[in-house]
Amino acid sequence: MEELLKVVDKNGLIVGFFCIGVLAFGSEILSKKFFQGKIPGSAIAIFLGLVLGYLGGLFTGGSKGIADIPIFQGIGTLGGSMFRDFAIVATAMGASYVLVKKSGLLGFASLLFGILIFFFSGVAVAYMWGISDPISLCTIGAGACTYIVGPVTGAALGADSDIIALSIAIGVVKTIAVTIFTPVFAKKIGLKSPGSAMAYGGIMGTSSGVAAGLAATDPKLVPYGAVTATFYTGLGCLICPSLFYLVLEFIFS
Amino acid sequence: MFIYGLALLSFSYLLGQWLGEILGKLIGINSNVGGVGFAMIILMLLKELFERKGWWNTELILGINFWNKMYIPVVIAMAASLNVQSAVSSGLLAVLVGLIPVAFAFIFFPFLLRFFKEI
Repeated sequence: MEELLKVVDKNGLIVGFFCIGVLAFGSEILSKKFFQGKIPGSAIAIFLGLVLGYLGGLFTGGSKGIADIPIFQGIGTLGGSMFRDFAIVATAMGASYVLVKKSGLLGFASLLFGILIFFFSGVAVAYMWGISDPISLCTIGAGACTYIVGPVTGAALGADSDIIALSIAIGVVKTIAVTIFTPVFAKKIGLKSPGSAMAYGGIMGTSSGVAAGLAATDPKLVPYGAVTATFYTGLGCLICPSLFYLVLEFIFS
Repeated sequence: MFIYGLALLSFSYLLGQWLGEILGKLIGINSNVGGVGFAMIILMLLKELFERKGWWNTELILGINFWNKMYIPVVIAMAASLNVQSAVSSGLLAVLVGLIPVAFAFIFFPFLLRFFKEI
């Protein structure tokens, strides 16, 4: 036992790979067996990650979730800002510049309107809740865009860890909602062609939610929605902590 | 070699982060602004360039694709190492901000499609 603890202690990041791998595997099984694939494994895993973060805070009273428990330090390394930003940049390779150019003005307009709708309605709800400092509002609005844009924005602006966690939770709720409601409303809103799927990906933005929702609607539409959805995170990361933050700062301070 | 793809990704990342730092300084908030967004755009443009030149081969792609696929696991790890406990105190807010904008987006979507069909 002493030897095992020594190994765990020396190899934090590797322990992190192992723990996250086991968590993702368990979530995939939960997704298939318990939810009949209606909620994507990735959304369940992120939710369970938040639960672990909650438990970590509960047991240690620290601010780094499960990573405050020494043997799980490596999870904090894996989820730290360097690996996070690096992996996000890598997702850009899934987007095709040519395909998006083909969708032309509709794709671009949907992206812009999508980010505007999510950011500012998110900010409005948070403001009505009683939050009024521009950094927190901006992080929450960015979280309404995706669970990636939220923490990237929060980190750029220096938001508190609990606000960043909240923005992730918001993004996860959004992903689950989009996954569930896409097949339910697809016919009603005219989501049936590659062009409309591209616009849909641009409006909704959450790539895992859009991909899972479209897969449940019509698998042929998935790559089209995913292309614009991938741009959404990049555009969100670009304008939420810059232009949108300046707008909020102008209004609220 | 995989390392070529990894190096290309690293180049995009570093250049993007640098631009983000510069922009942050320029607009006076003194932190990285949109560095990740810049890096994504740089990677996308480089992909275009490499495809046209015929340099975009399987091995190079695999080097980048590993980190592309790692993004969900990294986000899971990030979620697990955050101060969730104090976020939960505003749990209903998370659900409201997660759901209300989605409802707006569903309502708006048909108008967007109709507008572009009429043009």
